[in-house]
Amino acid sequence: MTVLLAESFAERGARERARALLDAGSFRELIGPFERLSSPYLATQGVVPQSDDGTVVARGTIGAQRACVVATDGRFLGGSIGEIGGSKIAGALELARRDFERGSPTRMVLALDTGGIRLQEANLGILAVAEICDAIVALRLVMPVVAVIAGRVGVYGGLALSTSLCSTIIVSEGARIGLNGPDVIETESGLDEMDSSDRPLIWRVTGGRMRHEQGFASEIVPDDVAAIRSAVERAFADPHPLPALEAPAFPDPRLERDAFLRALGIEP
Amino acid sequence: MIETLTYEYPASQGVQQRAHVGVVASGNCEILLEPAADGSASIVVRTSVTGFGTTWQAVLKRFFARNPVAVRIEINDFGATPAVVALRLEQALESAL
Repeated sequence: MTVLLAESFAERGARERARALLDAGSFRELIGPFERLSSPYLATQGVVPQSDDGTVVARGTIGAQRACVVATDGRFLGGSIGEIGGSKIAGALELARRDFERGSPTRMVLALDTGGIRLQEANLGILAVAEICDAIVALRLVMPVVAVIAGRVGVYGGLALSTSLCSTIIVSEGARIGLNGPDVIETESGLDEMDSSDRPLIWRVTGGRMRHEQGFASEIVPDDVAAIRSAVERAFADPHPLPALEAPAFPDPRLERDAFLRALGIEP
Repeated sequence: MIETLTYEYPASQGVQQRAHVGVVASGNCEILLEPAADGSASIVVRTSVTGFGTTWQAVLKRFFARNPVAVRIEINDFGATPAVVALRLEQALESAL
């Protein structure tokens, strides 16, 4: 689909993306920049923090229904998720679940543009992602949780796991979905595995179109605000609460241990 | 290393509201601007590029010479050039008027 005179979504910052997804005039930010809830860990590591920690949470309406949009800013430290940004996302998801229980369902959209967990806040980021995943799983039992991956970075690392848990994943051709980034793959596995300077290769492997073909994304959209908005509305128009995710069947570790001991000739 | 710089200028005009512009991204900066009650403007700059105190002073001095606004400004800088800083200041002021 070719869109002439598209109003680009990717060229906007996180706040403008959230504003674009919400109905005109309904945008109201929670924990905005003037709350100055920025990362306390960056300055001590020589990195200048941002007043919103790169994560915007906004209430408003989508299709005249209560909504909440979370948007991460890929321009600030690659949209990385630390303790503050992660808690803002998890908190928003938990509030949306509570809203549903109180009889006022909230349409939840995660407009993620992130390289994953922020290395400077390592474990805190990992914990935040665990909370986010937990909250998505709890919310998607009762409401669709819609991911919009349409930024310049895409979504990588821990947040790619969270994205996979969403009930609808809307992706643009320019965005990417992956676990390890191309630089990491090249460093760990060598140039033969992935040439991180080969942009066509990166998009052939992790680009939006490929991910949609592979079934990792529900819908592919052009980089156009109107197209993304209508895809989001479609996702909520068909509110089919998903069944509980089944826990994967892990083998009993005791059996593995016993087999290992027997292989060594030891009777457990 | 982060360098923190503080500046103060006399001010005679007020602004209507606070404003937030920009982003802490390569070659860019974030500006938080709030109305201040007293007749002076105070600026705090946090930057990842050290040793440019006099350049900051020149940019800010020119801005406040043209716009003597009583504001509290916080700048989080990630290597913005003087031109970018000047434009961001103008943008913040425009949104605050």
